[in-house]
Amino acid sequence: MASQTAATVRRVGVRATVRTVVLVYLTLLLVFPLALVLFKTFENGVAPVIDSLTTASTQHAIQITVVVAFWAVVANTIFGVTAALLLVRHTFHGKRTLNALIDLPLAVSPVVVGLSLVLVYGRLTGVGRALAGIGINVIFSIPGMVMATIFVSIPLVVRAVAPVLEEIGDDQEQAAATLGAGPVQTFRRITLPSIRGALAYGVVLALARSLGEYGAVAVVSGRLVGRTQTLTLLVQERYQNFDQQTAYASAFLLVLTAVIALLVSRLLRPKELKS
Amino acid sequence: MASSTTVGGAGVSLLGAPPAPPATPSRRRPLHGKGKAIGLSLVMTYLSIIVLIPLAAVVWHSQSNGFSGFVHAVTTPEAASTLKLTIYSSILVAAINMVMGTAIAWVLVRDKLPGRTFLDTLIDLPFALPTIVAGLALLTVYGPNSPLGVNLAYQRAGVVVALLFVTLPFVVRTVQPVLMELDTEMEQAAASLGAGPGTIFVRIILPNMFPAMAAGTALAFARSMSEFGSTVLISGNIPFQTQVASVHVYNQLESDNVAGAAAVSTVLLIVSLVVLVALDMLQRWAARRG
Repeated sequence: MASQTAATVRRVGVRATVRTVVLVYLTLLLVFPLALVLFKTFENGVAPVIDSLTTASTQHAIQITVVVAFWAVVANTIFGVTAALLLVRHTFHGKRTLNALIDLPLAVSPVVVGLSLVLVYGRLTGVGRALAGIGINVIFSIPGMVMATIFVSIPLVVRAVAPVLEEIGDDQEQAAATLGAGPVQTFRRITLPSIRGALAYGVVLALARSLGEYGAVAVVSGRLVGRTQTLTLLVQERYQNFDQQTAYASAFLLVLTAVIALLVSRLLRPKELKS
Repeated sequence: MASSTTVGGAGVSLLGAPPAPPATPSRRRPLHGKGKAIGLSLVMTYLSIIVLIPLAAVVWHSQSNGFSGFVHAVTTPEAASTLKLTIYSSILVAAINMVMGTAIAWVLVRDKLPGRTFLDTLIDLPFALPTIVAGLALLTVYGPNSPLGVNLAYQRAGVVVALLFVTLPFVVRTVQPVLMELDTEMEQAAASLGAGPGTIFVRIILPNMFPAMAAGTALAFARSMSEFGSTVLISGNIPFQTQVASVHVYNQLESDNVAGAAAVSTVLLIVSLVVLVALDMLQRWAARRG
């Protein structure tokens, strides 16, 4: 009995220690730094924050960020649904390879992503020159930034949609087809409504990733202030030019976006992914 | 166990591709065959234009001065020191993550801590947050104007802290589901047979969690090796001291040393591939083991 009490005491001690270590770790690593960004942003009140977020350069950066993220998310949504349908509903040679390829972008350094695009589509390459000839500049311009953003967020929609597609099966799709519905009609009327939640979840994740991308965009954009500068690039550039107010205000805007995306994605997360 | 390497936290399978889902067996109408062909060519074209051809170009350019040129480019004193720093700090970060990530997962699952839901959401924040913002936040606390009086800016410790921040969710999110599924019956049985908490942890909990811990640690390692944004501000990018590999690649590209940038990039790609393959093998092994 006494030894059991001792064991219980020891267990409670271990539990309290682990809990304390975890909380201190998370506070020092996560909570405190983010709280301090909040504090630094509003250190001098709300007015300077609004001022620095409404300057022409910040507004332009916000605009570029939204435009780039929008196109990247549109492209990855179309790709993601197509790829998920292929992986779940069809058999073909090289399926395992395709499955692995889709996750590859998450393992590639953002700088390598940028470098890889510059090497193919840069102004000194054959492809880059040919595209410039027909008036499309890829690198140091929006198309390249969209491509870089697509690259880093490729898996998000696929991996959100595929498990749900698998879960719902294809009974209803089969029934619709038997009743004479074409593939497009079947997709619009049957498949799309049943994956809506998962799709929205994937889109939110892709959007958050796209709005926040830094490294890959830093390489392909050439960091042209006032032209190809996104919000993340603005944070870095303003901070290094000693304009802390704008740096923190923009960072705060990005934190806010991330937190909203996180909360929305929690609400949208398909049940089978809620471990 | 198969779900153990697909991190559900941000809802993302992070590196280890989940096993290809089996196609629902069914009689296919010819139209579907055509749809499949169109879909497959669309998907492969997309991946080729955005991912495959560009990555092939990196490997191609790394060999533009021949294999000896490649070896030379990755063994210049600067490249070697940058790779060494990246590998060592990634190993350290992976190790810390293995311990702390498991501890966090344990607190989230087993400890009846008030505000667990908040904590659980908080864990995903490093995935949702832009890396440059992470860097700025850390520099605010651990920089020259640190309110804690801890200045890690332009030091290797600063790099490690940045990497710890961005890799925080990996181990937590791989271990958490396994811990949740782990039956407490086994532990109770062991306790009733006289095993202490230490023995129970080492003999029962740890073996069950190990594949997930290893997978999460591997993911954290891979992410550390390739991390860029969060280290930019806090590291100061001092060559031979705090410059990590991806920053080195960036600088080489800026100074028009394309072959050098491609060479170090290729090393990073090889490391990523090795981790991907290792994870795949681990996953298969864990699945076989049941």
